[in-house]
Amino acid sequence: MTAETIFDKIWKEHEVLVDQNSGEALLYVDRLLLTDSSSFHAFDLLEKEGRSVRRPDQVFGVPDHFSPSTSRKLAGISDPDRRARIEDLERNCSRWGIHHFGIEDQRMGITHVVGPEQGITLPGTIVLCGDSHTSTHGALGALAFGIGGHSGHVLATQCLWQKPLRQMRVTVTGQRSDMVTAKDIVLSIISRIGAGGAFGHLIEYSGEAIRALSVEERLTVCNMSIEAGGRAGIIAPDEVTFEYLSGRPFAPKGAQWDAAVEYWKSLPSDPAAEFDREISLDAGDIEPMVSWGNTAEETLPISGAIPDPADIEDDDRRESMSRALEYMGLTPGTRLSDISVDQVFIGSCTNGRLEDLRAAAKVVMGRKAVVPALVTPGSNLVRAAAEAEGLDRVFTEAGFTWGEAGCSMCVAMNGDVVEPGKRCASTSNRNFVGRQGAGSRTHLMSPVMAAAAAIKGRFVDVRDLVANMEGKQ
Amino acid sequence: MKAFTQHEGVALPLDAINMDTDQILPARFLRKRRLDPEYHTYLFHDLRFSSNGEELQGFPLNKPEYRGATIIVGNTNFGGGSSREAAAFALDAYGIRCVIAPNFGDIFFGNCLKNGILPVVLSKKETDILRRQLQEMPGCRLAVDLQEQTVTAPDGSVSRFEINSFEKRNLMLGLSQIGLTLEHAETIDAFERGYKDKMQWL
Repeated sequence: MTAETIFDKIWKEHEVLVDQNSGEALLYVDRLLLTDSSSFHAFDLLEKEGRSVRRPDQVFGVPDHFSPSTSRKLAGISDPDRRARIEDLERNCSRWGIHHFGIEDQRMGITHVVGPEQGITLPGTIVLCGDSHTSTHGALGALAFGIGGHSGHVLATQCLWQKPLRQMRVTVTGQRSDMVTAKDIVLSIISRIGAGGAFGHLIEYSGEAIRALSVEERLTVCNMSIEAGGRAGIIAPDEVTFEYLSGRPFAPKGAQWDAAVEYWKSLPSDPAAEFDREISLDAGDIEPMVSWGNTAEETLPISGAIPDPADIEDDDRRESMSRALEYMGLTPGTRLSDISVDQVFIGSCTNGRLEDLRAAAKVVMGRKAVVPALVTPGSNLVRAAAEAEGLDRVFTEAGFTWGEAGCSMCVAMNGDVVEPGKRCASTSNRNFVGRQGAGSRTHLMSPVMAAAAAIKGRFVDVRDLVANMEGKQ
Repeated sequence: MKAFTQHEGVALPLDAINMDTDQILPARFLRKRRLDPEYHTYLFHDLRFSSNGEELQGFPLNKPEYRGATIIVGNTNFGGGSSREAAAFALDAYGIRCVIAPNFGDIFFGNCLKNGILPVVLSKKETDILRRQLQEMPGCRLAVDLQEQTVTAPDGSVSRFEINSFEKRNLMLGLSQIGLTLEHAETIDAFERGYKDKMQWL
């Protein structure tokens, strides 16, 4: 038997048929997730073509993009388009008998937080969603990727045409130091391979530094695979995964659980399996990272300084860097730690989970934010759990706004925007031109680094801040 | 879906690399329905218009010669980032039929195909040359032939491109992919029974 990767194993199990001419496979889809941002187009298509939903019990709808961070009531949404898109999702799910976690439902949150949290995402399954950050779910050993406008096709057929992906293995060895987070690991990987470095690939993350991550941290890593141009990210399931999933509402129970775990244990890539590309890095070399440009590739350790386009030989890259610096209002040579921020955002499908909020709260505790700062938990359940631990009070006492769950300021579609020209330290995933609002300047970083930026009003190495705090006690 | 066989039209050169879908269609327009008559104005909105709605003269689509372009020649990593299908809707609403670039964001590529827009991959060198010709002779036309898989440049030189036969057929006939897949409904049914029997925990 030839050695197989986890991807090969999952793919094989889901192949309904192969079109010999194109090499595309028709894959069976275990779970389809729908959001308020794009699913209305899919339902419009079904209606136009007179199709029906094949397996509504395998489909889940969550209104995360347009939900306000100020309220859990639909009536509180003044913008008619936003309210209408949330209502579209509710109506469409209700019409077809699709699971729906509306904004007042405890289970509502960001789709990519909800899937794992509810045990909807399981190892060895294919999980799809229109949204690009569907790569997040790979952290549980699922093959998960964004499909843009193909949700209508999946609703009608429970299948997707797909060409086998190329495979890249990223091995992270060694041990990371304190305050170096999963976000710093993935930003380091992207800055190394580039914003288009993983085009057409699935990235399997492996190595002792990946194994040492909690499931929540693994979700952060897989989430940003798309920012390297990758189609998906995946981490083989292990005891950490099983423990996380055990008892989750949609996870199997009893004898079914045992059968599932036995199968899941067969999924990791065989030792002799080969990859199209291999990259490795040492977690011990990674520092807290801050992005300075308009792709996640344009990221440096906090000890770094803004690069100079004059040093770049490639014309396109030099031009792109100049444009990014102009947009971001930055000058070559400026040290990252000398850049001041106007506001801070902690949340998103990248860093809106309980561990993220705990870590940020630990930095914030007993301090005051000197710039406006917003925290939006990844789900209503994360919010409730954080409140049960008193994290909301830590944030609000430090002057942060404690918002409701949703995508919020990561994508600026619910009314939470960064104003033109304003600089935001953000735990989200994209620093594109205009991502957090027209003219917004986004710097990506971890929750502890964003928390430190809120307290200092500039980028700061969180390790120095914490050392100072400890020194004063 | 709109069929694509051959197309000739004014081509817009866009030099920037990493022209992500947030640039093609800013996220705040995602709340709009596709039937919105203003949809064509959302295309490249923040590159085309200032915050008070005036046209920005620096953006080539606002130059008289390129206005109404139906082909775009872009650069590396065109359509990366967000998976929004609405980026393809905005291109379609403006009348864009074909986008040529050295490589594309994966999801954007599929979204174009699904919406009757032909994404063409040519080499970095070929796209650089095409853009230069389009800039030297603003408003000149390109011809794209899907049957022959060729792009003819203003100077008459012909570049060949690859496209998977499945996608080519669908696009040429303007077929609904759902309909094609449902021709295999019995195979899907049989597969599903076997799969559910094996993976009983799902």
